Amino acid sequence: MNEVTIFRTTAWSPGPGCHGGCGLELYVKDGRLVKVEGDDEHPYNRGRLCPRALALTQYVYHPDRFLYPMKRVGERGEGKFERISWDQALDMVEERFSKIKDTYGAEAVIFAQGTGRDIGGPISFLCYSFGSPNWVQLGLAGHSCYTPRLAAMMFTHGDYAVLDAGQFVPEGMDDPEYEPPEVIVVWAQNPAAGCQDGFYGHWVSDCMKKGSKLVVIDPRWTWFSSRAEKFLQLRPGTDAALALGMLNVIISEGLYDKDFVDTWCLGFEELAARAAEYPLERVSQITWVPAEDIAEAARLYAKAKPAAIQWGVPIDMGPSGTTIAQAIAHLWSITGNLDVPGGQVIARAAFDVTTYPFSTQELHSLYGEEFVKRMNEKRIGAAEFKLLKNFRGWGQPDRAVEQMLSGDPYPIKACWIQTTNMLGGQAADTKMHYQALLNMDFNVVVDCFPNPTTMAVADLILPAASIAEKESLRSWWSPLQVMMSAVTVGECRSDWEINLELAKRFNPELRKRFDTVKDLIDDRLKPSGYTFDELKDGHWKFPEKDTPTRPYRRYEKGLLRPDKKPGFRTPSGKIELYSTSFEEFDMDPLPFFTEPPESEVRTPQLAEKYPLVMVTGRRSPVYFHSEHRQIPWLRECDPDPTVEIHPQTAQELGISEGEWVVIHNERGRIKRKARVTPIVHPRVVSVPHGWWLPETQGTEPNLYGIWDINCNILVNIGPGDDSGYGGGPYKTALVAVKKLSQGEE
Amino acid sequence: MAKKGLLIHYEYCTGCMACVVACKQEHDYPAGRWGIMVNDCTRETEGRVQVDFLPFPTDLCDLCARRTHQGKRPACVKHCMAECMFYGELHDLAKKMETMPRSVLFVPK
Ligand code: SF4
Ligand code: SF4
Ligand code: SF4
Repeated sequence: MNEVTIFRTTAWSPGPGCHGGCGLELYVKDGRLVKVEGDDEHPYNRGRLCPRALALTQYVYHPDRFLYPMKRVGERGEGKFERISWDQALDMVEERFSKIKDTYGAEAVIFAQGTGRDIGGPISFLCYSFGSPNWVQLGLAGHSCYTPRLAAMMFTHGDYAVLDAGQFVPEGMDDPEYEPPEVIVVWAQNPAAGCQDGFYGHWVSDCMKKGSKLVVIDPRWTWFSSRAEKFLQLRPGTDAALALGMLNVIISEGLYDKDFVDTWCLGFEELAARAAEYPLERVSQITWVPAEDIAEAARLYAKAKPAAIQWGVPIDMGPSGTTIAQAIAHLWSITGNLDVPGGQVIARAAFDVTTYPFSTQELHSLYGEEFVKRMNEKRIGAAEFKLLKNFRGWGQPDRAVEQMLSGDPYPIKACWIQTTNMLGGQAADTKMHYQALLNMDFNVVVDCFPNPTTMAVADLILPAASIAEKESLRSWWSPLQVMMSAVTVGECRSDWEINLELAKRFNPELRKRFDTVKDLIDDRLKPSGYTFDELKDGHWKFPEKDTPTRPYRRYEKGLLRPDKKPGFRTPSGKIELYSTSFEEFDMDPLPFFTEPPESEVRTPQLAEKYPLVMVTGRRSPVYFHSEHRQIPWLRECDPDPTVEIHPQTAQELGISEGEWVVIHNERGRIKRKARVTPIVHPRVVSVPHGWWLPETQGTEPNLYGIWDINCNILVNIGPGDDSGYGGGPYKTALVAVKKLSQGEE
Repeated sequence: MAKKGLLIHYEYCTGCMACVVACKQEHDYPAGRWGIMVNDCTRETEGRVQVDFLPFPTDLCDLCARRTHQGKRPACVKHCMAECMFYGELHDLAKKMETMPRSVLFVPK
């Protein structure tokens, strides 16, 4: 009998599906993955592990998994595919894409990804090697996932910042310099249900054990709300008003850090004047939160030293998401909590190694400034939205879907869809995206499982490897680490492997530089001085003290700016509370509140007809977005697509626990199983996203039940405003709920 | 040998379900067999909502005999995302409990 070998690697994507970061031990026997455990020595999770990672064996060896490339032989939606070889499959992509490029230009091919997984690196690499500027999170209305928050931070203080849970130093919370936040504001997130944005969610409960007090801001009671000093149950989409109200309290009561503001901030007077437009009574009226609670929350946060904010994606999805994030960044800036232990610590990719280009600077260093500029000429949305043009490399998703249908200003002919089941997941106005994809001449889907998107639109399917089967690298944020392949499954290949091979076909120059994926990884690792072999098998590395990618107080030490002067990486070198960059982009330089596109205030007549606010997207600990519905250990923990509805509202509507109900608005109707619970506000219903039913018919017209249960049918596309980033109305659509009438299906 | 058990500091249990799946993986239980379940005890109380979870080791819990014999912690204890589960001798756990308000002690058959 063969022995068990343990591979020490890192989680990032297929398997747990998440934004990753944990240390894993993969137990392999006779070439087969037999067990997964958390790595006790890994600083990120210290041996702990979520249910999705613990169910990895059921994912890797699931009978539904794609095991080899397949081309469509029947009509789209008939589910008829035929096995082909990798060579045939890649030849087909090369031929079809090249033909489109010759006829319409490379920009006629969109490269679509889903959330921030280990995909941004490989897909942007392929997209640019092909020559298309259109790397798009297709379906994501308003591009409302982290990018708006990132943009607000970048243009306010020249860097990104996250709650400091000791994650940037090897000793973690035991580092002598570290202290836990005295107060944590958990703003629009339930960190217990996963690890969002590269942040291990349970670091918040770790901090609580070390004494951190909580303020929680959410329309919904969570585990954290019940343990908070102050819980603000706000009206969905009104976060900007709340943040401005808190800024007003902090400024007018003199609770801000005057020395820090005087030394490091610009535009304080202007911010104070703007905040003064948000007195408590007004903010209370807008947000549904009692004035006194807002004031107390502001005082709790401002008086605590240090204090930190843990924020979530609903901020991006609020109206003008970028400006909401800007207001929240001002909270930590004027209280002097930036880049201090236990505060909002500046987050940079370890050793400046780029895996997933998170900033314009990173794109420049990988591909050159000239190239990025050239890409901007045709990048979807770049001509219309100046912020978008000047930040990162994304095409604008709402304009992309419109253009796929209209062909204006230029035709879109094909879609490369990699690790995104948009029709079962993120696509707002699901029907519109469905039609847009059917409008393409050629769709390639790279994924692990059949799903509504592969079923409805794929012409070619390429089987993707899970985390147990791939080599990759990760520098989001620290430590720097690599992933190792422990097993092989069918003919599955990693996203890097697939994309490198194709990229070489489109850009033969690359053949000279990268023979294997490992060569490419070593190239990307260069700024660190380490190689793949040095980092593999659990040899992650943290940057040294007093270097630009390790905290603290780097602005004092001249570690943040390219000219090495003290200060921040902004045009003025200061934190720009009044953003000169936003001004240049024709945006309001200061944060403001605007009503959601549909609301009791903006559209009162609609609100009469559809009186409930639907918040989608609450996380389940056993699912990652639209994944895992077919994994038995996980599905049984959260078996049904539900709607959370308050007991009082349920009673008024005659709805009882467990009953199937209809949720509808002018865009359509879906069915959900009622979960009657006091955790939601009586005027809000919470409808988990990403639902499709793998146990039902996958072929047309059923498509695993999406037209019956996918909540995004009820959500409009964006963008919400003139920045192009933010405002996908996933949290603010107005709906009505009713009993399923007799005989209705 | 002194009797062993599990101390569950449910004040910190976030309902993450790691214990549930860790147990199934360790024992190779198919869906439908549970060594531990997590009960949602959320309720309205005193004008607020209390979101609480209470893990319940079932009659299938053997305290991970195979693991603990090898000196490892039970699968649920090791993987608990909130680090709110502890394994040990009952009198030690009872002592520990004194500093952990809102906790329960479990002893198997
Ligand atoms: S969700 Fe968190 S615990 Fe689970 S694998 Fe991802 S990083 Fe690790
Ligand atoms: S101790 Fe072992 S058997 Fe008992 S619940 Fe925990 S994992 Fe399951
Ligand atoms: S693993 Fe821990 S926190 Fe998660 S449900 Fe079980 S006992 Fe609760």
